[in-house]
Amino acid sequence: METISLIVRSIFVDNMVFAYFLGMCSYLAVSKNVKTAVGLGAAVTFVLTLTLPINYLLENYVLKAGVLTWLGEDFASVDLSVFSLLIFIAIIASFVQLVEMIVEKFSPSLYNSLGIFLPLIAVNCAILGGSLFMQQREFANVGMATAYGFGSGIGWLIAIVGLAAIREKLEYSHIPKPLRGLGITFIVTALMAIGFMSFSGINI
Amino acid sequence: MALSAKAKQALLGPLNKNNPVLVQVLGICSALAVTSKLEPSLVMAIAVTIVTAFANVIISLLRKTIPNRIRIIVQLVVVAALVTIVSEVLKAFAYDVNKQLSVFVGLIVTNCILMGRLEAFALGNGPWPSFLDGIGNGLGYGWILVVVGFFRELLGSGTLLGIQVVPEVFYNMGYENNGLMILPPMALFLVGIIIWIQRSKYKDLQEATN
Repeated sequence: METISLIVRSIFVDNMVFAYFLGMCSYLAVSKNVKTAVGLGAAVTFVLTLTLPINYLLENYVLKAGVLTWLGEDFASVDLSVFSLLIFIAIIASFVQLVEMIVEKFSPSLYNSLGIFLPLIAVNCAILGGSLFMQQREFANVGMATAYGFGSGIGWLIAIVGLAAIREKLEYSHIPKPLRGLGITFIVTALMAIGFMSFSGINI
Repeated sequence: MALSAKAKQALLGPLNKNNPVLVQVLGICSALAVTSKLEPSLVMAIAVTIVTAFANVIISLLRKTIPNRIRIIVQLVVVAALVTIVSEVLKAFAYDVNKQLSVFVGLIVTNCILMGRLEAFALGNGPWPSFLDGIGNGLGYGWILVVVGFFRELLGSGTLLGIQVVPEVFYNMGYENNGLMILPPMALFLVGIIIWIQRSKYKDLQEATN
């Protein structure tokens, strides 16, 4: 029950895009049509769901102060948390490499349409952000961390697909010239974020 | 010290017509998330400028020795090391601000400005122009942060850097702080408006389609 509530919360209340503005770069750049948006959203969800539990285990069994005791009593005073950024990003970068190879093999057309943004998932702040929030919130077990990663990924997917759908319709509207493209995208995102804020009171 | 035309372009271009946030669409995430007050915006701007400049220099020095295939990982390691240093310095000297910025200091690692500039500039240019390019882009990112932070703090809390600037008389006459400005979506609106102003000034930046 707690897990389900965590998933729902991370999709709607703590939405990566609308509450924390994470993963904005690819969010703005790849949201021109729904199909590519779904592909990228799925890739981000996949990477988040896999990297969060791994980083959780590393954090709780290797990096935190005094958790290396399973190696022996001598390690009780070791604190490796300074290296957490380096380790997290290394794990993420290698998983992105994996996803890139999978997508290239099974869906070359998606691979081509995502272009440079597929390797750039490695520097998608939503993913590193997920790991850093996990570090900050101190989840009780691996299951919770995985649920959080999955929920955040789905939240990001919903956000980018929603924006892509709106932008497809925007083609037909008359927008002041200086606001076209990037400007109106920002304002649409702001309106969507205000919409998502209505979830913030919900307690499940 | 006189700067050559190219160096000047590298330093000043990003402040305006080639702005990382407004034109290159890089580094949006942190530009929006930390700007609810002026102080964290300033700290973030300085931190990003320093990291971008030094990462540019290091990668530019290494550019002939890095094999092309693993360059992203090398770049990430260099950037992550620099960010770790900045984050430790902040923890030591500005603990409160560090608390406010929370995960966003760590997220400088994935700030697209860094990767974008490393890929686009430092890999093809010498250390000195790369340094200027890093400073220029950091400042170009910084002024957006400061402008957005300024308006959000002024209109949202009536303070600047924590000091009350809206006089008490205004409140007595019925002026209220606009609580909406503190909420995250307002940063998007403000950046949208800055883009609008900039693009009505420079017509060649306007996009043909939506």
